[in-house]
Amino acid sequence: MTEVADTPVGRRLQHVKHIIIVCSGKGGVGKSSVSTQLALSLRGSSPNARVGILDIDLTGPSIPRMLGLDGHPVHQSSDGWVPVHADGSEARLVCMSVGFLLKKKEDSVVWRGPKKNAMIRQFLSDVRWGELDYLVIDTPPGTSDEHLSLIEHMAPVHSRLSAVIVTTPQAVALLDAMKCLSFTRAVNLPLLGLIENMSGYVCPCCGEVSNVFSTGGGEEMARREGIKFLGSLPVDTELVTLLDAAEPSPLSDGVTSGVNGDTNSASTFALWQRYQQTPTASLFSKMAEEIVRTLARDEGSATTPSE
Amino acid sequence: MLAVQHAASAPDPLSVPSNAPEHCPGTESELAGKADACAGCANQEICASGVTRGPDPALPLVRERMSTVKRKILVLSGKGGVGKSTFTAQLGWAFAADEDTQTGIMDVDICGPSIPTILGLATEQVHSSSSGWSPVYVQDNLGVMSVGFMLPSSKDAVMWRGPKKNGLISQFLKDVDWGALDYLIVDTPPGTSDEHLSIVTYLRDSGIDGAVVITTPQEVALQDVRREIDFCRKVGIKVLGLVENMSGFVCPKCKGESQIFKPSTGGGRRLAQDMNVSFLGSVPLDPRIGKSADYGVSFLDEYPDSPATTAYLEIIDKIKQQLDVL
Ligand SMILES: Nc1ncnc2c1ncn2[C@@H]1O[C@H](COP(=O)(O)OP(=O)(O)OP(=O)(O)O)[C@@H](O)[C@H]1O
Ligand SMILES: [Mg+2]
Repeated sequence: MTEVADTPVGRRLQHVKHIIIVCSGKGGVGKSSVSTQLALSLRGSSPNARVGILDIDLTGPSIPRMLGLDGHPVHQSSDGWVPVHADGSEARLVCMSVGFLLKKKEDSVVWRGPKKNAMIRQFLSDVRWGELDYLVIDTPPGTSDEHLSLIEHMAPVHSRLSAVIVTTPQAVALLDAMKCLSFTRAVNLPLLGLIENMSGYVCPCCGEVSNVFSTGGGEEMARREGIKFLGSLPVDTELVTLLDAAEPSPLSDGVTSGVNGDTNSASTFALWQRYQQTPTASLFSKMAEEIVRTLARDEGSATTPSE
Repeated sequence: MLAVQHAASAPDPLSVPSNAPEHCPGTESELAGKADACAGCANQEICASGVTRGPDPALPLVRERMSTVKRKILVLSGKGGVGKSTFTAQLGWAFAADEDTQTGIMDVDICGPSIPTILGLATEQVHSSSSGWSPVYVQDNLGVMSVGFMLPSSKDAVMWRGPKKNGLISQFLKDVDWGALDYLIVDTPPGTSDEHLSIVTYLRDSGIDGAVVITTPQEVALQDVRREIDFCRKVGIKVLGLVENMSGFVCPKCKGESQIFKPSTGGGRRLAQDMNVSFLGSVPLDPRIGKSADYGVSFLDEYPDSPATTAYLEIIDKIKQQLDVL
């Protein structure tokens, strides 16, 4: 089970301990922001953890922007693409996205399935990740070419694949989350759990909690389907602004916005510092801890994670 | 930087078949069927014969079907979850408020069709007759077609690759018996991929009147809108305008307004200016819109006096005006 098939993808991924695929049926529910937060939190989970983040949303890549790495070039070395370092010289959070390959920010990538498949294969085989404890993969909405290609290339060569499903609480999103769950079952992808995002909003004027996108639907779905519920995250406007890679608020004075990853030195990984000031960070770190525990336990018992 | 080179030397995306190999030169190219990449492709023989430099055989059928449709509008968004389907539904309901207007809604979001739920048709099935598939009717003058009507269970994942999705879209366009329509509104999945290319390929001949692009105010959404507008320009679709959705939330308790998706780079209005497309308006975030969608009822009818309804109606008026002068 652990011997690795000798394919370019297999050779590259044998240095990656755990691969976590973040998916959702519906778009805009927070896959990319959860991927970003998961990668940040996993990196923070131990002083030596090395985390990679691969963005396979080819027509709508958000990860470069969310990590404050917009417009960063990717270098080609003799041994493949060098991923972009989000934390500068520390290189414990490294990232690859089609967004880094586009010349202008408004360039659209209009590719049909086979071409997308080829790009994903190239991402899996040609990126020089090095040794990684975790590789987080952000996906586009739906269950189509990208997802099938991912599974097709990775399942035969890697035994530690798992998934996290993100949903928002309203019915139209849950419907699609259900489809996503069916997908993980159909391809035998072990599920780490379900996250309910954008659950409740605290009015900044009066403190009233409004269920902007409803609430509770994710937890209920998890119970009904017998899958693990990782928790819910409220609507967090500070997080939106942070992930928009907007200017830092006066709160976090003196910290650079990290537009150029290389300017971040080890002790001032600005994005991480700013992230920790958001209300969501502490909630999310509990989910990340749970994920780390599950993965470690499964590693210990040498079985694949179970539902 | 391999990907960039591929992207730059790519053929017209509309002439690449959905099941083509990754370096397909394009079916209309001189190299069609003869390039290295063509070896082993299912289309090689056809391409080499030169037939493909002529039109797709489905095209005349689509053209025939579409000859009774006056206006064809696409609803697009770069990013997911910004409110495309909700907007499509409101647009449909608003057009259909005029009894003499016939409207059709076609949902080509194959992996996540939400139109049936939003229009309250979640349990409906499609019927076929000698003249093709019959749309499901919300009311006399509002017909709907969605892959959601064809699935045995709403829980099943639709795990289809591009070619299969394209096959279904061509069937939707040539086999659905819409009858005479004043408007056909096409709801699309997020992004710029197979579904979008297929729709444009099949409808280009019959004429697409334009696209309405939906976004939310934050930069992460706007960067996808830039890509979507770039796509429209590449394939020659007129952008009727940009709608900004979820633009500010009014607390039901204190009536104070706050920005959930803060327009950190100027929002939709500024982007519309920058990219020289018209800005159609902003719709506030109102939780009742989402509730109405979950229950499949028309928000415009349920809450006629709400600011969101006013915003929707103004936007829809502008779209109508634009279409009238075409
Ligand atoms: N808990 C939250 N509170 C408020 N805003 C959020 C929250 N989670 C995500 N967002 C914001 O919502 C928007 C959509 O999130 P994100 O881009 O992560 O979704 P996605 O599922 O990746 O979308 P797509 O399907 O387009 O890839 C982003 O602007 C993000 O910052
Ligand atoms: Mg995303």
